[in-house]
Amino acid sequence: MTSTDSVRSGFVRDLVRRSVRRPWRLAAEVSALLIAAVVAFPLYWMVLSAFKPAGEIESSEPRPWTLSPSLDSFRRVFGQQEFGRYFLNSLVVAVTVVAVSALIAFLAATAVTRFRFRFRTTLLIMFLVAQMVPVEALTIPLFFQMRDFGQLNTLGALILPHIAFSLPFAIWMLRGFVKAVPEALEEAAHIDGASRTRFLWQILFPLVFPGLVATSVFSFISAWNDFLFAKSFIISDTSQSTLPMALLVFYKPDDPDWGGVMAGSTVMTIPVLIFFVLVQRRLVSGLGGAVKD
Amino acid sequence: MSRMTDRPLAVSAPGPAPAAGPVTKGSPAGTAQAPRPGRGPSAGRRSPLARGGWTPWLYLAPALVVIGGLLVYPVYQLGLISFLEYTQAQVSGGEPTSFEGFGNYAALFRDEQFWQVLLATVVFAGACVVSTLAVGCALAVLLTRVRALPRLALMLAALGAWATPAVTGSTVWLLLFDPDFGPVNRVLGLGDHSWTYGRYSAFALVLLEVVWCSFPFVMVTVYAGIRAVPSEVLEAASLDGASQWRIWRSVLAPMLRPILVVVTIQSVIWDFKVFTQIYVMTNGGGIAGQNLVLNVYAYQKAFASSQYGLGSAIGVVMLLILLAVTLVYLRLLRRQGEEL
Repeated sequence: MTSTDSVRSGFVRDLVRRSVRRPWRLAAEVSALLIAAVVAFPLYWMVLSAFKPAGEIESSEPRPWTLSPSLDSFRRVFGQQEFGRYFLNSLVVAVTVVAVSALIAFLAATAVTRFRFRFRTTLLIMFLVAQMVPVEALTIPLFFQMRDFGQLNTLGALILPHIAFSLPFAIWMLRGFVKAVPEALEEAAHIDGASRTRFLWQILFPLVFPGLVATSVFSFISAWNDFLFAKSFIISDTSQSTLPMALLVFYKPDDPDWGGVMAGSTVMTIPVLIFFVLVQRRLVSGLGGAVKD
Repeated sequence: MSRMTDRPLAVSAPGPAPAAGPVTKGSPAGTAQAPRPGRGPSAGRRSPLARGGWTPWLYLAPALVVIGGLLVYPVYQLGLISFLEYTQAQVSGGEPTSFEGFGNYAALFRDEQFWQVLLATVVFAGACVVSTLAVGCALAVLLTRVRALPRLALMLAALGAWATPAVTGSTVWLLLFDPDFGPVNRVLGLGDHSWTYGRYSAFALVLLEVVWCSFPFVMVTVYAGIRAVPSEVLEAASLDGASQWRIWRSVLAPMLRPILVVVTIQSVIWDFKVFTQIYVMTNGGGIAGQNLVLNVYAYQKAFASSQYGLGSAIGVVMLLILLAVTLVYLRLLRRQGEEL
């Protein structure tokens, strides 16, 4: 409010604006809360149904609460199947993919932002194009490739392609973070006698780490959620199955065990939710930074 | 565009160029004159790290090996298989593979179902993109208008939807709209109306789920973008008497353009490739394949009926369509003058 208007007219304008704005803001806040409730409702219903006793889920009068929560569905899920094992498999796949792709992407992003070399722009465009390649279309050749590698029915068949598919986006996004580290810092480190490797791991890496976290959200989700690869590459050895496949055991289109499906869904969603809450702030700033750059 | 423009972002201190110039002893080029806007063949200033020689390739090696082996090579293989007669007999080694030329493509283009699926995919993806962007942008604007508590509530709800895996999201939405036990039909008084029976209502249900789990990305990104607009600019506009609508159209929209391009293209790419939701919610493509999209269609052709060659040809068609989208994206980036 640094206008040249007199203090008085500014005051009047503020007054007018406030009286106009207040009901609007109230309406905005009420609708924000309502929308939040609608958006959260499916998740609420999922958790609720997981805790409902069998008779209450499959009733024609669904109630948005339960008075007798039970763990039956969870017991059925963990008892009937090797659900714990699938959970572990999923976790191994997701964590490996996140860690390996973060390291590789960090190195590559450093190369394309901190060095000028021939084919640099070509490479960047190639990374961009690679991002667009529909993973799903490559299921067929990857199936034969994994067969030739002897990786069918192993977790490797899920880990390897996911690393490859999460790299282009990760490199593209990390670029902004690496770029944001002042080059003067490199010069200072160089003058102080730090080797290139030392600068890379002891100075650049910690500084870029928040960016790595934001990026890893995407690779974590794609690996954790993967359904198509698990369905196509883990064909006969069910001990190598992951959660999405295990979940569908309870979901038979004609007669789904809704309690089991919802309990399994809850178990599958919670790790991702925890991960998201942990990285939430970095994600928001990371996305802003990556897109802005 | 040039290194000049991204400099101030990288180093927020004003005028780092003169300080950095003399340090670069090894590079003869460009120390005397400031880098001009435009694409200079070699950048003037170089950090010590930048005089790498082979180092950048060393750093790039792991990424290139992985991407080359597991992304580029499969793309090549996909193209190759699409030209072959490749069914169960060839896979098991019973019959030799034979080169078909464009046989698979000819069969595909003659198939009426393919055109139907292609049309359904484009319309469905388009509807998903438009709805996702509309909801995401509207809620991003709403977020800027409310105080901390409602903002946190909406943000957390959206993050929850975002975090939900596609498989679980699909099953939960199916339960919500279940004809027998779902709350939605009770509330709307629809009796035991089945949402997945009709073609359009099944697509609509999948669309709702897709929008639900993909609007948060748009909302969070656009919100971060709006927050990054300096408040002085908005204040100046409103002092000059611009209406809210005018500020939005003439000030915010141009500043948010790069972000909007990114979220639009990402949405196009994601929604064009929807697989899990269709597969789970319509049980593999709906009654008589009425809800098939290209992705699921390719999967069914390849893995369910073992026509790998035909499935690959569908994959190639998808690849080409997305490549066209990518080229549009690159042109937009170029026009915005972003330096790669």
